[in-house]
Amino acid sequence: MNAPQAAPTVVDPLSALSRLAGEADWIGLRFVEETSQHRAVRNGRPERNQVHRSHGAMIEAVADGQLAYAATSDLSETGLRDAACRAVRLARASARHAAAGFSEGLRPAVRGEFAGPCEQGFDALSLAELTAKLVAACARLRVSDRIVETSAAIVLTEHLSHYLTSSGADIEQRFHLISQNFMATARNGPEIQRRSLNGPVARCLQGGLEVLDFERIFEECERAGREALELLDADDCPDDTRDLLLAPDQMLLQIHESVGHPLELDRILGDERNYAGWSFVKPEDFGRLQYGSPLMNISFDPTLPSEFASYGFDDCGNRADRQYLIRNGLLLRGLGSLESQARLGLPGVANFRSAGWNRAPIDRMANLNLDPGDSTLDEMIASVERGIYMSANRSWSIDDYRRKFQFGCEYARLIEDGRLTRVVRNPNYRGVSIPFWHSLKMVGNRESFGIFGTPFCGKGEPNQMIRVGHASPHCLFSGVEIFGGGR
Amino acid sequence: MSFARDAHRLLERLSDGAFAALRPWEAASLSLAGEDQTYLRFNAGKIRQATGVRQLRLALDFRSQDRQVRFTTDLSGQETQDLCSLHAMLAQARSEAAALPPDPFATPLENHGQSEEWQEGESPATEGVVEQIATATADIDFAGLFATGLQVRGVRNSEGQSHWYSASGFFLDYSLFTVNSEGENKAVKGLLSGADWNGARLSAALDADRRLLAQLQYPSRALPPGEYRVYLAPAAVAHLVDLLSWGAVSYGAWKKGGSALRRWIEGEVPLSEKFSLRENFALGLGPRFNSCGEIAPMTVPIADRGKPKNLLIGARSAREYGVVSNGAESGPWSEEQLRSPEILPGNLPERDALKRLDSGLYIGNLHYLNWSDLQSARLTGMTRYACFLVEHGEIVAPIRDLRFDDSLYRIFGTELEALSDEARLFPATDTYEQRSLGGAKVPGMLLSGFRLTL
Repeated sequence: MNAPQAAPTVVDPLSALSRLAGEADWIGLRFVEETSQHRAVRNGRPERNQVHRSHGAMIEAVADGQLAYAATSDLSETGLRDAACRAVRLARASARHAAAGFSEGLRPAVRGEFAGPCEQGFDALSLAELTAKLVAACARLRVSDRIVETSAAIVLTEHLSHYLTSSGADIEQRFHLISQNFMATARNGPEIQRRSLNGPVARCLQGGLEVLDFERIFEECERAGREALELLDADDCPDDTRDLLLAPDQMLLQIHESVGHPLELDRILGDERNYAGWSFVKPEDFGRLQYGSPLMNISFDPTLPSEFASYGFDDCGNRADRQYLIRNGLLLRGLGSLESQARLGLPGVANFRSAGWNRAPIDRMANLNLDPGDSTLDEMIASVERGIYMSANRSWSIDDYRRKFQFGCEYARLIEDGRLTRVVRNPNYRGVSIPFWHSLKMVGNRESFGIFGTPFCGKGEPNQMIRVGHASPHCLFSGVEIFGGGR
Repeated sequence: MSFARDAHRLLERLSDGAFAALRPWEAASLSLAGEDQTYLRFNAGKIRQATGVRQLRLALDFRSQDRQVRFTTDLSGQETQDLCSLHAMLAQARSEAAALPPDPFATPLENHGQSEEWQEGESPATEGVVEQIATATADIDFAGLFATGLQVRGVRNSEGQSHWYSASGFFLDYSLFTVNSEGENKAVKGLLSGADWNGARLSAALDADRRLLAQLQYPSRALPPGEYRVYLAPAAVAHLVDLLSWGAVSYGAWKKGGSALRRWIEGEVPLSEKFSLRENFALGLGPRFNSCGEIAPMTVPIADRGKPKNLLIGARSAREYGVVSNGAESGPWSEEQLRSPEILPGNLPERDALKRLDSGLYIGNLHYLNWSDLQSARLTGMTRYACFLVEHGEIVAPIRDLRFDDSLYRIFGTELEALSDEARLFPATDTYEQRSLGGAKVPGMLLSGFRLTL
């Protein structure tokens, strides 16, 4: 598909930096350019064709020992200089009451380039061809007259960033990102059920158009349509306590909410208390807290090429590498940038990230993955006398300390005497983070491993929505409270 | 010239240039959203991050022979450069429209008239605000976000329509923390907003908050799950209203099976006669026009004494389902959303709320709501901030936070015993991409039963 044309942004980053160098005691410049194409078809007809091109610069300026930020989309010399002056004024105004001081060590003088995978550029398919594929997907989702609504959507994003500092950092990164959403709505009288491919926003990967295997997508659309009908005719999920087998497309949410957010060091420092909340994890828990069962191995991994939040460097120029956060169930390390590491005196990772050119970076989880174990999916099912299998998230909620969660899924089947049996609808489960992770009793092997993500991790003041990736095998938890809909 | 005046002139010049380049069978609309804001993020009474954001985002909505495409871009503010970008977008839009099949629900652009609203004021000096907040909160653990500056919205189209809105003002959204005798963190939430910052208002608000903090320092009570009589303070009710914008009162969402209130809309399940909900743009929290330039009525009754009156309808739903638009706006993740909702107050004097509650829970705030069963209007979430066990009309102890899971048919229906006689205004504090406009006005709600589950 042809990338949308626009007037070129005439800016030489190095020259811009050198011209601003005298404006502050230290200067950082982050240029971001991102083009997202949102293509959506509903019931076989165009629903949304939108292209968003975002470009601008965030200036970091240090004055009186305090760092402040100013964002502008005016990339002329005047525009950048004006933004630098605004950042300096903000730094001076807040220097007497700064939460933490600035040192150049918080912005490593690293030089480098990184490019995510892309075998087939987004121009390898015309808009007419892509639209035809989405129309065909709608047709495959409609497996019956009882499918009353079908939708197919793809978001193609190309992202470039260039970060430079007066202390010598110079980093360029480029990413191609694809999100997919295919959904069937089934209706029978008052009963309405929806089934999608892995949940509405879970199919998020890096790569070019090679990511989109349409033959496989079409087959999965037919399956989603059939499963929507199965849900229509199913009984409600029972209300009781039983073993819970979660698919990777639900594990993504379980890891995200009950492991990722509580381990963010800026939350532990209290930065998020006014909005998303604090954390049950305390600084003294690192190296001591048994977070879950010995089968629980979770890493911060920005190195898996196709995963949604893989990158080479974070937004302060820290080189990104894989680190275990939890090993054999023991909490080892938090999700904290160099700033948070310095403030808290704890080890962290390269996760200082911003949602765009107009936001300052904060601690974000990026890719958070659960290592495969050694159980096959069949072995896990066979081990369960009375349980339930759930997949594809549809509801999420957890408290501000990240303890008491309640999640709902699109699709579930009971497990009885070691076999998958009846489909049940409106499945939900709830629990408390630490006891829940201690109940992890089997972990699927590499064959049951799935890579997913979401573009919508919200956090920060001012608010930021950012991309994260989560990969996991199927996992089996014992004795979980489950329940259905109604009332 | 001010940021708002410059932005207004830029939109005029860009639209004149773009519309002149249209072919006879083409139409276009340009909408502009921008801000010149200062954001100060506080933790422990100190500045965690200070950020200035100056941005202008232009959207081109292009129509050609039943095709519709939309492009958005960040403007530099330099007219020549931005006009060049706009012409490039127009060419791309033309090319894309030609590649698409017809869109039967693409609405023709219309002239919905002209309007201008200017609310310009001076932003307070950052240094003064920082000093006042730091001084006033020196003895308290304070976290929050202060935002101040100008916001602009404008829409012009090739049919001659032109609407403009700009406003300046601030909000301070904050939390105060303490530790009770059992070592648990407890907190109070506050929100100040208005056209002009006044440090004395903060001091007065903090004095009231300190009294609540003292009550939160008592040993807290861990309550078992179950059904409780509760009083939801207005801030908690505002979170319930927020969730209604996830499709519940959207015409499009209802027709597609995505409205949580379908059974109420279709007359199967009633809501309480005490419950009246309306869109009320007289609250003055944002423009009445939407991104198409349609002007919403000043008020749109949605629930009138429990009866369904209207759903929110935007131009696209109107075209698809053959109904009349009431100027509603869809968001990026959800169809037609409330922009200025108001729940009408009742007759329970707020000062008597605890006495009328008698024994139960006072819930100061709610957190992280989501549907747990959309078709049953069932939602879940957590209690948060100042929440207390009340016995015989008196606060006995703060509670440990609890998860709830209950249905709107009970909350706004069978269990709704009374609404407070005063409603509170909650201007929007969302700042995704840009500072939001809008907000809600809601009273407190006394419920005979509320299901707490974990």
